[in-house]
Amino acid sequence: MSRAALDSLVAAFPQHILETTDRLGDEVAIVAPAGLLEITTWLRDTPALAFNMLSDVTAVDYLARNPRFEVVYQLYSVSKKHRLRLRVPVGAENPSVASVTGVWLSANWAEREVWDMYGIRFEGHPDLRRVLMYEEFEGHPLRKDYPMQQSQPRMDLRRKERDAVEEYKTLYVDKLAQARKAEP
Amino acid sequence: MNRAIADALAAAPERGVQEDVMVLNMGPSHPAMHGTVRMVLTLDGETVIKCDPEIGYLHRGFEKQCENATWSQVFPYTDRLNYCSPLLNNFGYALAVEKMLGIKATDRCNYIRTILGEMARLADHFTSLGAGALELGAMSAFLYAVEARDHIWDLVEEVTGARLTVSFARIGGLKEDLPANFAERWEATEPRLWDVIKKLDQLSTKNRIFMDRMMNTGVIGADEAVSLGFTGPVLRSTGVAYDIRKDSPYFAYDRVDFEVPVGTNGDNFDRYLVRLEEMKQSISIIRQCLKGLPGGPLNVDDPHIMLPPKESVYNSIEGMINHFKLIFEGIQVPAGEVYSYTEAANGELGFYIVSNGTGKPYKLRVRPPCFYFMGGIDRMIEGGMLSDIIPTFDTINMIGGEVDR
Amino acid sequence: MGVDIGVPGVVASRLETAVNWARKFSLFQYPFVTACCGMEYMAVACARYDVSRFGAEIPRFSPRQADLLWVVGTVNHKLAPHLARIHAQISDPKWVISFGVCASTGGFYDNYATVQGIDKIIPVDVYIPGCPPRPEQVLDALMMLQDKIQREKWGAPRAASDVAPAIAAVPA
Repeated sequence: MSRAALDSLVAAFPQHILETTDRLGDEVAIVAPAGLLEITTWLRDTPALAFNMLSDVTAVDYLARNPRFEVVYQLYSVSKKHRLRLRVPVGAENPSVASVTGVWLSANWAEREVWDMYGIRFEGHPDLRRVLMYEEFEGHPLRKDYPMQQSQPRMDLRRKERDAVEEYKTLYVDKLAQARKAEP
Repeated sequence: MNRAIADALAAAPERGVQEDVMVLNMGPSHPAMHGTVRMVLTLDGETVIKCDPEIGYLHRGFEKQCENATWSQVFPYTDRLNYCSPLLNNFGYALAVEKMLGIKATDRCNYIRTILGEMARLADHFTSLGAGALELGAMSAFLYAVEARDHIWDLVEEVTGARLTVSFARIGGLKEDLPANFAERWEATEPRLWDVIKKLDQLSTKNRIFMDRMMNTGVIGADEAVSLGFTGPVLRSTGVAYDIRKDSPYFAYDRVDFEVPVGTNGDNFDRYLVRLEEMKQSISIIRQCLKGLPGGPLNVDDPHIMLPPKESVYNSIEGMINHFKLIFEGIQVPAGEVYSYTEAANGELGFYIVSNGTGKPYKLRVRPPCFYFMGGIDRMIEGGMLSDIIPTFDTINMIGGEVDR
Repeated sequence: MGVDIGVPGVVASRLETAVNWARKFSLFQYPFVTACCGMEYMAVACARYDVSRFGAEIPRFSPRQADLLWVVGTVNHKLAPHLARIHAQISDPKWVISFGVCASTGGFYDNYATVQGIDKIIPVDVYIPGCPPRPEQVLDALMMLQDKIQREKWGAPRAASDVAPAIAAVPA
C-alpha cells in the first residue's frame, strides 16, 4: 500500500528524490529541499495518494555530518490509510527550507516548534515565532551543541542553597571550633 | 477581523458611541485545571475576534532529557507526558523501541497491555468529562467522575504499585505479571464504573443547560480538522472514522470486538458523547481480554533486552554482568529510525526515534495529539462567545504535559 | 503581622491563639496547578480524600481572595515571573505549600527549562515530596501547616530575605 505510494512518488519526481528506504515497515523518501513544496502539493492533490494529513514535522541534528540537519515530515492519508515519511537534508549555514503551511494547516505550529528548538527557518511561514520557549530565550535548545543544564532564567533567582550551607557553618561548625579553642 | 464587526467599528463614531476592541489575557494560571496555557483574546463585547494561544509554560525539556538517559530510563519521563493516562504512553514508547529492535512482545503481554491501556483510557475520559462538567458548573458530576477514577487507580495500584506515575512497561514486556486475583477485583470494580457512567449520563446528557452550552459551540469541519492534524475523539466527532486500533491494530486489538463511536457535527456535545461511548467500549474490551487471556511467558526471552531474574543476578557471575551491562550501558539498539504510533486517549500518539547504535536515544520525538489541537483551537473559538471557550477547551482535553513536553 | 495592639500580654496571647485557630481552619487556597501533581490535587479535593474536613475546601481563583498558595507541579523559567507576581498579589498573612518534587527541588528535570525549586523565587512553608505525593501525604502536610500557623507569633514581620524579590516588568 505505502510501497505503491513511494514508487509513484519516485516515478513522478526522479530529479528531487535522493534516496528511498523501506526499513522496518516504514516507507521513507529523502527529498532535496528544492522540490519540497512541489512534491508535498502533488502528494496531497493526487487522488490515488491523497495524503491529507501531516502528522508531524520535526528535525534531527546530526552534528558530525554534513548536511547537519534533517527536517522530517510524517504524512498520512485518512482515506487510503497509508503512510509516508519525507526527510529533507538542510545544511548548517542559515538553515532554511520552504514552509508547507499552504499545503497542510497542521504545519503552522509544528514548524514553529522546529524553528524554536533547532533554529531552522521556514520560508513563507505566516507567523514564525517561538512556541515553547519564551521570546527572550537565546539559542535553540535541542541542537546537540546546546548543553542540557545551561540555565537562562527570566528573573533573578535567590541562591537559597548557598545560604543554607553558610547557615549551617555559622550555627554549628564555627561555634564548635570556637568552643574547642576555648577549652583549656 | 470579521468584516461585519470591522464595518460596525468604522461606523461607530457617527453614532456617537466610543467603541473599541478589548484585549484580554486568559492565563497562564487559570481555574480550568488543565495546566497552564495563555490565551490572548481580542474581544468585541463578548465575541472573540481573534485568539492567540501561547503554550510552553510546562515545557520541561523531555526530548533533551531523554537524550541523556538510557532507553529504559525514558519510561518515567513518558509517564509524565499525558499524565491522565500514563500507561498508554509507556506502552506506546515500548512498542516503538520494540519495532526498532525488530522483536514482538508475547501474546500474554499484549493482552495485559490492552487491558491496562484501556483502563488508562477510562481514567483519562473520566478526568476529561468530570473536569469539563466542573467548569460548566456541574460540581456533582466531577465528584462522581473522580470517585470512579480513584477506583481505577486502586486497581492500577494493585497491579503496578503506583496510582499515577507507574513506569510499568519494559522494552520487551512488562515489569511484572498481573496479580492472581485481578479478575475478581475487576468484577468488583466494574459495576461501580457503570454506576458512575450512568450517573454522568443522567446528570449531563439531557440537561438543558449542559446541552445549550455544548451544542453548536466549538464547531470544526471534517476537512479542516484533518488538515489541522486532529486525531482521536476530536476528529471522530467530526465524522471521520480514524482510529489506529482499527486501522493498524497492535497489541490485542485485532482479537477483540469493539466499535468506534463517530459523531456528526464536530461540536463540543459530540465530543462529549464520543468520549462517553468510548468508555463503554473500553469496558467491553477489558472484559473480552480477561476472558481470553492466554498463558505463557510474559516477557521476551532475550538477555540483550530483558533484565535477568534476581536469583541469577545474585547467584551467578553471568547474571550479574548481564544486569550490570543493561543498567549501565543500556540496551544496544541498532542504528536507524522508526515512527511508531498508537491510539492514546487523545489521538495518535507517535514516537519518532533515531538511534545511533548506542544505549541512549539519539533523538526521541513525541508526536503529541494535543499540540495540534492547540494549533487549531483558534479556528474553533473565533467568532464564538467568550464563555464558549470553556467547553471547547475542556472537550479537546488539552493536557499540558503532552503539549509542552 | 506586625500589629501592635497595645493590650496586656495575656490578652494578646489569647487573642493570638484564637485568631490563629480561626486562620488555620479556614484556609482559602489558590491552586497554582501546572502538571501531573494536579491530578493528585484533584483527588485530594474530592470525595474520597476529602480536604474540606480540614476547612480548606474552597479554591479561590483570584490571588486577592486567597491566603494559601499551592504550587502544584513543575515551574519553568517561562512561568517563574508569573508565579512571583501571583505570590506578591496575595495579601498577608499568606503561606505557600510546594506540592511535589518538581516544585520543591526541580524533580528529575534538571535541564535548561525548569526552575530547580520554587524556593528560589518565593518563600515556602511546607514542602511535600513525592512524584506525585499520595493524597495522605498531602493531608499530612496540610496538618503540618496548620500546626505551623497555630504556633505563629504576632510581632515582627518575616525577615527581609523572605520577602519576594522585586519583580521586573513581566513581558506581555
